[in-house]
Amino acid sequence: MSEIKRKYVIPGELVTEGKYNRTTNVFRVDDKFYSTRVGMAEVSSDSVRVIPLSGPYIPRVDDLVVGKIVDYSAFAWEVNINSFFSAYLLAQSVFGRDYSPARDSLTNKFAIGDVILAKVSAFDRTRDPLLSVSGPGLGRINRGEVVKISSTKVPRVIGKKGSMIKTVESGTNCRLTVGQNGLIVISGPAEGILLAIDALNLIDKEAHTADLTQKVQNLLSRLSEGEKNE
Amino acid sequence: MSNLVNSKGLRQDGRKLNELRPIKMEVGVLENADGSAYIEFGKNKIMAAVYGPKDVHPKHMSVPDRAILRCRYHMTPFSTDTRKNPAPSRREIEISKVIREALEPTLILTDYPRTAIAVYIEVLQSDGGSRCAGVSAASLALADAGINMTDLAAGCAAGKIAGKVALDLDDTEDKEGDADMPLAILPNLGKVTLLQLDGKFTRKEFEQAFNLAKDGCMKVYELQRKALTEKYFGKGEVEA
Repeated sequence: MSEIKRKYVIPGELVTEGKYNRTTNVFRVDDKFYSTRVGMAEVSSDSVRVIPLSGPYIPRVDDLVVGKIVDYSAFAWEVNINSFFSAYLLAQSVFGRDYSPARDSLTNKFAIGDVILAKVSAFDRTRDPLLSVSGPGLGRINRGEVVKISSTKVPRVIGKKGSMIKTVESGTNCRLTVGQNGLIVISGPAEGILLAIDALNLIDKEAHTADLTQKVQNLLSRLSEGEKNE
Repeated sequence: MSNLVNSKGLRQDGRKLNELRPIKMEVGVLENADGSAYIEFGKNKIMAAVYGPKDVHPKHMSVPDRAILRCRYHMTPFSTDTRKNPAPSRREIEISKVIREALEPTLILTDYPRTAIAVYIEVLQSDGGSRCAGVSAASLALADAGINMTDLAAGCAAGKIAGKVALDLDDTEDKEGDADMPLAILPNLGKVTLLQLDGKFTRKEFEQAFNLAKDGCMKVYELQRKALTEKYFGKGEVEA
């Protein structure tokens, strides 16, 4: 009974009937489960979920996000993380507990306009998300190109066990830093960056289709061959 | 009066009494909005755009446990035969309110606390029945924006012309006819979300008109579903 049934759904469409423990992006009326989003519905023996194809980024604790510093006060930086909540990076979490606004200057660490890679350390419905940059690889991003895609397509960009990322990285000689919020930093040679942007746009546009990895491989080989011929 | 319906039972534009005008819908037509839709309902041409969820300004209007919905129905100065003053009229303010109240039950606003969702409905060309078309377009735009919804809202009017109950009145029929009743429903939940009536119906006529408008809404819903499916899943890729 571990078979997974899939179908395309729109908001309000009946996904399935019965008893299910785990549900995502559906709402229940008695025993009926209706989709709340446009997307792909997956029904297995104990779960029913809809993988949405559009929508805003909603932060979750432990998400890796790419953000841009938009403002700072005496105690925190305000970071735009491509969500409807702006995130805050507390000065205490960067300078340590003994942070003093008189001694430490926030702009020495991050200035307005800096792009950072951070982790969501706390978030719930009642408060804005808090970020943390303590961890390997976290902090300011010094080089690369930021590309924005829909945050709902991020799982497809990563692929199963990172397969899609590997495909794009090896096809373009670039490194991709993927934020769960739909912002992706590409770093590497300029031609590679252009290639990677095309590949990401393709994934963004055709995320719901089958054999996407093959399509991306075709695109990458076609484009890189075209460059050689020129 | 009676030239609204001819001896063959056809209306001025050749439609039968229970016939809709030709309808065209498209989703995701605007690049800069979070969600958008365009609808042609006969001669009506309406654009709907959704922004949000986003911060609430002024801040004191935000609600701690849910999003607020803002809705603006607006007719462009060139949407009518004589220029319309672009300032919001009494009628537009009313329609903005009823559309907002029609859309609110379709949205799961508690999923987006302390935010605002803005819906803009711009009538480019009007020919009667624009609030129903506006609701339908706005609902598509909200679905396109990826906001959690319990159902789409589909709208269609019914009325009375030359003493007969008819579906989907155009501007002339609305002005010269006896009654006009816009209706919007939530097709999957089987609920009515907008119902107004301008004019008089007998109880029997009301029932007849209500059922007629409901069938019209279901047809509109099918077109909405088609428009969304085409945008997101492409033509012919839809699994049953």
